[in-house]
Amino acid sequence: MEWYLPVIWAALIGTAVVMYVILDGFDLGIGILFPFARYENERDQMMRTVAPFWDGNETWLVLGGGGLLVAFPKAYAVIMPALYLPVIVMLLALVFRGVAFEFRTVSRSKTWLNVAFAVGSTVAAFAQGVILGGLIQGIAVRDGAFSGGVFDWATPFAVLCGLSLVAGYALLGATWLRMKTEGAVAERARGQAKILLLTVLVFMAAVSLWTPLTQPRIAERWFSLPNFYFLWPVPLVTALIAYYAWRWIEAGREVPPFLATIALFLLGFLGLVISNFPYLVPPSLTVWETAAAPASQIFMLLGTLFLLPIILGYIGFIYWLFRGKVREGESYH
Amino acid sequence: MDFDPVLLARLQFAFTIIFHIIFPSFTIGLSAYLATLGCMWLRSGNDRYQHIMRFWTRIFAVSFAMGVVSGIVLSYQFGTNWSRFSVMVGNVVGPLIGYEVLSAFFLEATFLGVLLFGFNRVPPWLYVLSAAVVAVGTAISAFWILSANSWMQTPTGHELRGGVAHPVDWLTIVFNPSFPYRFAHMLNAAYLTTGFVVLAVGARYLLAGRHIEEGRTMLRMAIGLTAILAPLQLFLGDQHGLNTLRYQPIKVAAMEAHWDGSKPGDFHIFAWPDEQAGVNRFAISIPHGSSLVLTHHLNGLFPGLNSVPASDRPPVKIVFFAFRIMLAVGFFMIAAALFGAFLWWRGTLFETRWYLRVMAHSWWIGFVAVIAGWIVTESGRQPWLVQGILRTADATSPVPGATIAGTLALFIIAYGVVFSFGIYYINRLIVQGPTGPAAEETGKFSASPISAAHDAGRTAVGGTY
Repeated sequence: MEWYLPVIWAALIGTAVVMYVILDGFDLGIGILFPFARYENERDQMMRTVAPFWDGNETWLVLGGGGLLVAFPKAYAVIMPALYLPVIVMLLALVFRGVAFEFRTVSRSKTWLNVAFAVGSTVAAFAQGVILGGLIQGIAVRDGAFSGGVFDWATPFAVLCGLSLVAGYALLGATWLRMKTEGAVAERARGQAKILLLTVLVFMAAVSLWTPLTQPRIAERWFSLPNFYFLWPVPLVTALIAYYAWRWIEAGREVPPFLATIALFLLGFLGLVISNFPYLVPPSLTVWETAAAPASQIFMLLGTLFLLPIILGYIGFIYWLFRGKVREGESYH
Repeated sequence: MDFDPVLLARLQFAFTIIFHIIFPSFTIGLSAYLATLGCMWLRSGNDRYQHIMRFWTRIFAVSFAMGVVSGIVLSYQFGTNWSRFSVMVGNVVGPLIGYEVLSAFFLEATFLGVLLFGFNRVPPWLYVLSAAVVAVGTAISAFWILSANSWMQTPTGHELRGGVAHPVDWLTIVFNPSFPYRFAHMLNAAYLTTGFVVLAVGARYLLAGRHIEEGRTMLRMAIGLTAILAPLQLFLGDQHGLNTLRYQPIKVAAMEAHWDGSKPGDFHIFAWPDEQAGVNRFAISIPHGSSLVLTHHLNGLFPGLNSVPASDRPPVKIVFFAFRIMLAVGFFMIAAALFGAFLWWRGTLFETRWYLRVMAHSWWIGFVAVIAGWIVTESGRQPWLVQGILRTADATSPVPGATIAGTLALFIIAYGVVFSFGIYYINRLIVQGPTGPAAEETGKFSASPISAAHDAGRTAVGGTY
């Protein structure tokens, strides 16, 4: 039990992070694509596709952060100070883009709120990528506490990760819009999805090459035998899905490109897990070293096993309730 | 420049949490009000209740969004600013916050979507049920976060191993000694805060001669609620105070600026506590007043600030004055609510313009009381972050003061902008009123007799225009 509990919790928090990245990914993506919409009613239509969901989507971010505090307080206590600035910038960006949703429905002039929504979404996505990059490249730890400097995270690699995530969220947003809208917005989203898919693949390749080249432990993980025998399908499946995603976008399909994008994100996440497990704070602290007391993990696990299915149930219900396409000019509230 | 990281981390957290608490203390009450209106609509079939409900739902949406985004910030600040806190007591506090996320946040956020966008998609009963679910969600959220906060005030049910708190009995942790009092006091405060906002808006409509029927309904409902809850709050606050005296006597001593525990305590209506000399200056006092309230005896004794070394005392001035502000607002609320009920009974409520004018300008008083109350309880716990277990100064993150100062400035600018616009937009929604946007939206209602005449004309000529 002492061995399994932290692993179960790592899997649960991983799930929360994946849920967050996919769900808030497409609604941040819509913000990233906001400047490319031509008319105000198109922007209304874009926002309308995510308006009933965004609150719930962002709640997964609270669960990710809160879950880390619950299950791995010692990791939480190292990661947050180490990535202080990108975390605060992300939070502030989310403040602006979040209130823009509601303010926009009340305001007469929408220009500044469009700017707040687009810039907030883009900066939040970029900061999340930087946080991820900062984590992968390693955090200086001494005596269980962060021992590095304020700008340790600021490396070209972190910037690369930031840009990757912006492109990835934009791709999620574009394929979501293709699925949930019709007319000019859907047509434009299809064109954007093609460009973004190529961009995302370039970024994925760059990150996949950069990490093993600069981090010997990651190279060791992937290329040592017998690991390589089991791991070579991961890039292959990624390439295959990317190929089909391209075909589906070309063919004007509505749902499959979105699902394929989700699959790409899942594979990217799988790659990260393979590279870094069991480290929660690479390269020094593992899930076992940072775990909360077993009594705390069990107490929370019981609640999670009971509540998570209910949560997924009513989230499924709300996506079902607001199924179908959003047309131009549909009212907001 | 030299920055004190502990002070800055405290200032930053105080700023972001004070900003945050404004919104929950409004939306907890407002969601319950929405659910009440919905039930009245379903029961009576009277569309006025539905109009009022949908009007307040728009205001709820703006407030809730500000509450959500400022709340996400807090869930990360525990780590960015207080990383030692999560190491030392994360085992106990973490799951309480985890339960809040799982049992409340998803519930609120999801069903808010139905409430805001589902009116034309779900049957009325499900629409109203969604409002009720949101209201229950906000109350559950308050339950867990107040349990976590109360445990920091009166920790029980744990044991310390090497200074780190480990859970022993979860029921004792969740229902720690100050929790029931704090929960009742805060929940009631939230309902009162909302009650006075609704009262103010109703009064504003009556004064302006617009939305008369809706304004009267708001006024009646708000006065009915506050006339009961405001006096109740005095009782709940008193009980909470007695509980604090038992478990955190030094906090109470600071609230009363009571220095010498060997003498009965006077109640100081005003005083300037001199923390160096350990005495009060310029005191205007009711002799033995505090003793009477706290011990129910004129000559009852309770511990004074001098019974602990200065390093173990909270900042007396802040606690003392915040407590007085809360009390003053509380007594004003009781007077205003009971006088409103009296006018209602006399049948002159809607015509007493001076009363309506005062109430229309008093929408903010509940927020002041809530913030002042939180300052009392949080500053009163100092120098402890978790009473008796972890000092605030020992809980900070290894982040330089300059960084915290910089991000504090960013928070002040960002929240300043967001808050100003939020108030501005809420005010615009109030100006639009309960029938404004609904008329544009559905086209079923006509904004004025003239456009109604146009509509009639259009129908008469066969719908071509």
